[in-house]
Amino acid sequence: MEGAHDMGGVAWSGPVHPEPDEPVFHAEWERRAFAITLAMAMPGGWNIDMSRFARENRPPEDYLSKSYYEIWLAGLERLMLERGLVAADEIETGKPLHPTKPVARTLSPDGVAAMLHRGGPTEREAKSPALFAVGDRVRARMIHPPTHTRLPRYVRGHVGTVELLHGVHVFPDSNSMGQENPQWLYTVTFDGRELWGPDGDATVKTSVDAWESYLEPA
Amino acid sequence: MSSHDHDHHHHDHDHSELSDTELRVRALETILTEKGYVDPAALDLLIETYETKVGPRNGARVVARAWSDPAFRARLLSDATPAISELGYAGRQGEHIVAVENTPHLHNMVVCTLCSCYPWPVLGLPPVWYKSAPYRSKAVKDPRGVLADFGFDLPDGTDIRVWDSTAEIRYLVLPMRPAGTEGWSEQRLADLVTRDSMIGTGLPKQPHEVA
Repeated sequence: MEGAHDMGGVAWSGPVHPEPDEPVFHAEWERRAFAITLAMAMPGGWNIDMSRFARENRPPEDYLSKSYYEIWLAGLERLMLERGLVAADEIETGKPLHPTKPVARTLSPDGVAAMLHRGGPTEREAKSPALFAVGDRVRARMIHPPTHTRLPRYVRGHVGTVELLHGVHVFPDSNSMGQENPQWLYTVTFDGRELWGPDGDATVKTSVDAWESYLEPA
Repeated sequence: MSSHDHDHHHHDHDHSELSDTELRVRALETILTEKGYVDPAALDLLIETYETKVGPRNGARVVARAWSDPAFRARLLSDATPAISELGYAGRQGEHIVAVENTPHLHNMVVCTLCSCYPWPVLGLPPVWYKSAPYRSKAVKDPRGVLADFGFDLPDGTDIRVWDSTAEIRYLVLPMRPAGTEGWSEQRLADLVTRDSMIGTGLPKQPHEVA
């Protein structure tokens, strides 16, 4: 989708402000929001692409006015509301008002280390050969799906070179809707002038990781 | 995204927002705990893990090993995920890691323009600036400008390679070993390796900085 989250190359954002000796979290609520988000994926049953879509699928003024963990919180509330795990009146009043919906699993303290160590590998068995090889010239397709995608706007329509093959990985555009549909994944590298025209820096090359259906031969 | 730490014009506004959010999160945790969906002890453990166990010290050990052990460096650059797991670092947000090496002629920088993808097992959770609009927008178009924001220039003749983490591949920059560190132990070398040098927005410390 065309959201404010797709920030590559936009001109309105000003300098980067590194924070010396930055803490991991800046407030107690950030700690809890982070941990609740990680823990709720287990009873909630959603995947990472559903989480990303729940965060990014909001009006630009909403996305841009929220801090990072405020966006996480808004995404989490949406995922829980959609699945009936909590109701809007419960979030508003801060009290449990409705019967608990049964869930298959929850995260126990004993399960934390194993859950983090397991992670969520996205590589799957290849069922067909890769369409492209390292060195091939490819064009990022000019697509504008209204749903979740991981092809950023700034590379669409531009020609780059396949630099790495990563095997076959879960396709986020469909995984955000519950279908893994794994595809070959490539690192595709673009010259600065190709992406940004005469203002581009010719000494810079930028890559994205692109699934096969994002690409066409060039 | 707004930044509570740098946006001083909205300081008062942010403070009231913070306390509202604080109350909302507390209430949410209460609801989810009472419903049996979360166990607060598991939440405490998740927080403790990323505040005290998983952070850039892990990545610094990986880099120091690569600087000290040519066979490990070769394994790291050819297939980073198993090489890094030799040191015990693996899992969430580091399931598929690629290590990219800086040279006198090539400087690597990592960004996630779409969200905040970052190699957690080796670097921990990303800093605010990494998740901010300025970094996410500027890194792919004007990486030299980003480096200037961080207070350093690359020598003439150094090209820049920017890796936008748009999939589940996570990138770790292997910075160049500082001169004057011949014969140093891995432990001493690790003290030179900064978080930003493994993202590509900084350089390792020089030997005199840790003397």
